Amino acid sequence: MNKDMSYKSVMERKNEIMKKAVGIDYEAFETKGIRFDYNDMMHKTGYDLSEIQRTQKETGIGNTPLLELKNITKLARKFAPEGKGARIFIKDEASNPSGSYKARRAATSVYHAKKNGYKGVIAATSGNYGAAVASQAAMLGLKCIIVQECYDSRGVGQPEIVEKARKCEAYGAEVLQLTVGPELFYTFLKLLEETGYFNASLYTPFGIAGVETLGYEIAMQFRELEGRDPDVVVATNAGGGNLTGTARGLIKAGADNVEIIGASVNLKGLHMASDTQFNKKSFTTGHTGFGIPFATWPDRSDVPRSAARPLRYMDRYVTVNQGEVFYITEALAQVEGLERGPAGNTSLAAAFSIAQELDEDKIIVVQETEYTGAGKHIQPQLSFAKDNGVDIKIGDPKDEVAGENIILPKDPSFIKVDDLDLEKIKKSYIKNCLKNNEDIEITEKDIEFLAEDTKSSKEFVISMIEKLKDN
Amino acid sequence: MAKKGDWVRIYNIVLKSSERAPQVPDDTKKVPLEMWDKGFLINENAEIGDQVEVETYIGRRIKGQLLEIDPYYTHSYGKSVPELLYIGRQLRGILEGGEDNE
Repeated sequence: MNKDMSYKSVMERKNEIMKKAVGIDYEAFETKGIRFDYNDMMHKTGYDLSEIQRTQKETGIGNTPLLELKNITKLARKFAPEGKGARIFIKDEASNPSGSYKARRAATSVYHAKKNGYKGVIAATSGNYGAAVASQAAMLGLKCIIVQECYDSRGVGQPEIVEKARKCEAYGAEVLQLTVGPELFYTFLKLLEETGYFNASLYTPFGIAGVETLGYEIAMQFRELEGRDPDVVVATNAGGGNLTGTARGLIKAGADNVEIIGASVNLKGLHMASDTQFNKKSFTTGHTGFGIPFATWPDRSDVPRSAARPLRYMDRYVTVNQGEVFYITEALAQVEGLERGPAGNTSLAAAFSIAQELDEDKIIVVQETEYTGAGKHIQPQLSFAKDNGVDIKIGDPKDEVAGENIILPKDPSFIKVDDLDLEKIKKSYIKNCLKNNEDIEITEKDIEFLAEDTKSSKEFVISMIEKLKDN
Repeated sequence: MAKKGDWVRIYNIVLKSSERAPQVPDDTKKVPLEMWDKGFLINENAEIGDQVEVETYIGRRIKGQLLEIDPYYTHSYGKSVPELLYIGRQLRGILEGGEDNE
């Protein structure tokens, strides 16, 4: 093999490499213009819910406990107006084999890879997904490579990411670690080409369909426990797959009236590809650095069309600050007896605040937890922050400046979500669609697609397009 | 000195500073894209700093600079963070009605 391995040349072979490594012909769902047939892609390339449930059961995934957080609810009520303070529940996804809901996301990809004769799987991830792919690969007897963005140019790695590397290696995976930069994708492509392994991308229909069981289970467990569906589900939002899969699962269960809220950690001002800012952030996932770009342009992912399309399902999008998430993580351990990793508790911090807006008889669900341990715990993350010049203070989290300080709330009344302007995010998604299809005339069908893809109306899309033309 | 079959950590520069992608921010562009991986040493003998070849855990052969023999993890639960210590006591106080927060 004497192929040109330069950056430019490998990137130019992207489509050819991906086609072999994903095994999906995305062009089958494309038409000229902005739209593509999302539902057809999910339907034809994925698996149906019952098959996914069956295969996930075989590898010990799912049926995780649904726990009512009675003390946290009681706390929320202390700070809520009279009669307010919804009951807060948590879906304990840390009980999955790899320690997070990501086991669901990995399961279908790895199962599909095995079924189609791939010898191994590769995923590019610094988060829980790596451990999930490695764990599933170990169960099904496939080889596994995880590619991580792990270190800055001083060779300093965030304790959380280093822990994930350890966990992947514990499952027999090879972990290739890199310094900061988007060229991780180049290394990823080279590996796919060299090994012929399956691209266990987070963004294929397999990855998203795997999460549908989570939404489905939430509905089923509530019907058994409370005789009804929950009112609100809060999902931590990064690349959008967690929220998309959960919402789709709820819809498949017929739970159509559940409000779906996305929650991210506010990391405003930190550049995700910056070497010097890399170790200034204490959240490697679940933050706005992924949440916003992936919501406004889902197809920026490592497959031609992302199956994670959060705007399709999201009713509200809120942010919380790092200090609030660390505080609520400590609260979960101290008053509920559940020691879990902070990243997954982003939505718990949001739920604590949102519950205070809702009546006491309402039900709000935090749809995931994640495992914790050395490196991946509030203590190492905060002591690492201090070592990297970030001040830890106790005060009003509203004064937090990402990269400069982390402000732990003075008391629980200081935990307050910030609402993002969802309309603005939808507008910016529509703007990106227009920008990437400049030479194409927008048809009625495109407008219908955009309305669906932004959970809005044709009128909304048309008015946004007109506004964008005026600017 | 590492011997054939030893579990080692190796290092490589994937892209030199001048070869980095155009969209990379300036501070990142100043530094190379580096990588680390681990494997069993294929060379008969090698010293730290030598260019070597290894077989990774899944059986891939790669080359790089020998960095460590028997690499191990040193990450931990971190140093004491006294700032966290008020949280549990505060919350228990509120739940027990000991604080006037209502």
